[in-house]
Amino acid sequence: MFDKAKIEEIKKGVADYNSKWEAAKAKAAEKGRKLERSERFVTGSGAEVKQLYTPADIAELDYSTDIGNPGEFPFVRNVQANGYRGRLWTMRQYAGFSTAEESNKRYRYLIESGSTGLSCAFDLPTQIGYDSDDPISEGEVGKVGVAIDSLADMEILFEGIDLGKVSTSMTINAPASVLLAFYIAAAEKKGVSPEQLTGTIQNDILKEYAARGTYIFPPAPSMRLITDIFGFCAENVPQWNTISISGYHIREAGSTAAQEVAFTLADGIAYVQAAIDTGLDVDAFAGRLSFFFNAHNDLLEEAAKFRAARRIWARTMKDRFKAKSERSMMFRVHTQTGGSTLTAQQPDNNIIRVTIQTLAAILGGTNSLHTNSKDEALALPTEDSVRVALRTQQIVAFESGVAETVDPLAGSYYVESLTNQIEAEALEYIAKIDEMGGADVAVEQGYIQREIQDSAYEYQKQVESGERIVVGVNKFQIKEAPPEGLLKIDLSVGVNQAKKLKEMKEGRDNNAVQAKLEALREAAKGSANLMPYILDASRVYCTEGEICNVLRAEFGEYTPLQSI
Amino acid sequence: MAKKVRILVAKPGLDGHDRGAKVVARAFRDAGYEVIYTGLRQSAEQITTAAIQEDVDVVAMSLLSGAHATLMPRVIKMLKEQGAGDKLVIGGGVIPEEDIPELKAAGVAEVFTPGTPLKTIIEYVNSKF
Repeated sequence: MFDKAKIEEIKKGVADYNSKWEAAKAKAAEKGRKLERSERFVTGSGAEVKQLYTPADIAELDYSTDIGNPGEFPFVRNVQANGYRGRLWTMRQYAGFSTAEESNKRYRYLIESGSTGLSCAFDLPTQIGYDSDDPISEGEVGKVGVAIDSLADMEILFEGIDLGKVSTSMTINAPASVLLAFYIAAAEKKGVSPEQLTGTIQNDILKEYAARGTYIFPPAPSMRLITDIFGFCAENVPQWNTISISGYHIREAGSTAAQEVAFTLADGIAYVQAAIDTGLDVDAFAGRLSFFFNAHNDLLEEAAKFRAARRIWARTMKDRFKAKSERSMMFRVHTQTGGSTLTAQQPDNNIIRVTIQTLAAILGGTNSLHTNSKDEALALPTEDSVRVALRTQQIVAFESGVAETVDPLAGSYYVESLTNQIEAEALEYIAKIDEMGGADVAVEQGYIQREIQDSAYEYQKQVESGERIVVGVNKFQIKEAPPEGLLKIDLSVGVNQAKKLKEMKEGRDNNAVQAKLEALREAAKGSANLMPYILDASRVYCTEGEICNVLRAEFGEYTPLQSI
Repeated sequence: MAKKVRILVAKPGLDGHDRGAKVVARAFRDAGYEVIYTGLRQSAEQITTAAIQEDVDVVAMSLLSGAHATLMPRVIKMLKEQGAGDKLVIGGGVIPEEDIPELKAAGVAEVFTPGTPLKTIIEYVNSKF
């Protein structure tokens, strides 16, 4: 981006500047004084940070080919040509707890408060394909999300909400086909056709094996279920984002920013390859792939992370997978602020953390955002703390000014350097994973898990030693009274949900249920797309547990490799 | 320590959050303990069996899903029923302050909530052996 002679001049100036500083430091050291407050300066992820960044650090960068204008390849600055000037990012708060009735009330509250999209949190039994009355579900029903057993619950969950208008994101992975089928069937009953539906299913099994833990089936049939959804939606639910390839949980499990980029994109590459291998044309499905990132506290590193990911993905899709449509090359991303950065100590401080993380995500150009509530290190958020979290986004959107121009950090010597640095580290990991045979193999061998765990332990040791300061946790502590007014889910939720399920089963056509489950079983034995069979079963009120048990019997269950 | 203290780090229930459990497991290992990690999704039966078969001195359970009030006491009850009620049982995770007395009454010796230094946990267990 700079004149060669000019760069040489700048390099000379930097060398002078550095030697002056070194001399000053040495002189101070002789007198037993330190000019720097730390031995080492590092990013939130532990990457070395220099005192000074200048044009010399980004001399190789070519604006047209490496950055480009917003909306243009390689989309570093934003996938949208006008950034947030046309439409702000989608403010999408992840919510769901207890029963479908209770969660429906929270969704309506969020819509009234200005949320522009819904995001469903399901309880663990729902996420792992068990009904609420399964013995394994005891104690877990309605706890970390809403309990959905069948189409009947899905109908209640969206009562009074126009599914033709709202865009709904569902955090569901191993049984994503089943919950998507419930949603399609619920919409049909309200007269909304599948073509009208907009939303996202997470549907990302690889990161479940690596970091999140809600897997059911082994990798091969899991990949089949995923590519079946790609194929089915391309024809029937064209506006649906069929997968949200997630770095969020990888980061929460302890990875660095560069590892988050690397492992997420390596997973993305595995899904694209799997879909191509089933005979799908890359441009038929790649435009519906979306991503999900974290936003932690290191403002500039986090913003750079998004920019690096957009560049890698665009080039990967174009060069490696020969995509022709620009849409296939766009890294479209939802972001959630970092749950693991929240502290149980002095929880009000979390509002400030979430504000910084919100800025990071917006400066990074996220397409949609969930902001965490201050009480999430303690329990599920209350309505009041959810409102503050949403207001944080609204203040950044309407008062901070950062959304008025596209990618305001571009050209910063430091931010462009960070972008390059994260990209280089991520590409190195991706090359290594390719050598191993792809992300699915790397996960099965426990490689990705080990890399994440090493980073998590390293981080914790830095906190323990005081090298890394967490305000209120290892510095600036106060005596605090236990927090009050936390949201608590009563155990009766499980009992009531089981009772409701029993009544539903008595009222449905059980012959039809058996017939549809048998048809699904036969289809699972062969190679047909399973999505239509699951949808048929959903329409006659087969439960999630019944559908998943058929698939468990045919596919088996995943047993992870254990390592610490 | 004369003999190495054996500790079972366990994840009861369906919760997939294992960052804390794994970090604590590594810290115990680095502190000289013999550590066995169960992996995710263990039933009370599985944890009890593992604790007895591996002949551990300590059972450390981690839960972030809110199911602690159901699952931790269940493991303790089973350990007692199978004659292994003498093991030190500790817990950790996202556990509200107000739930702790109930867990202690059920036999959880100590509960460590978010932000607890690893040193505190290790020193606590050290003090028991």
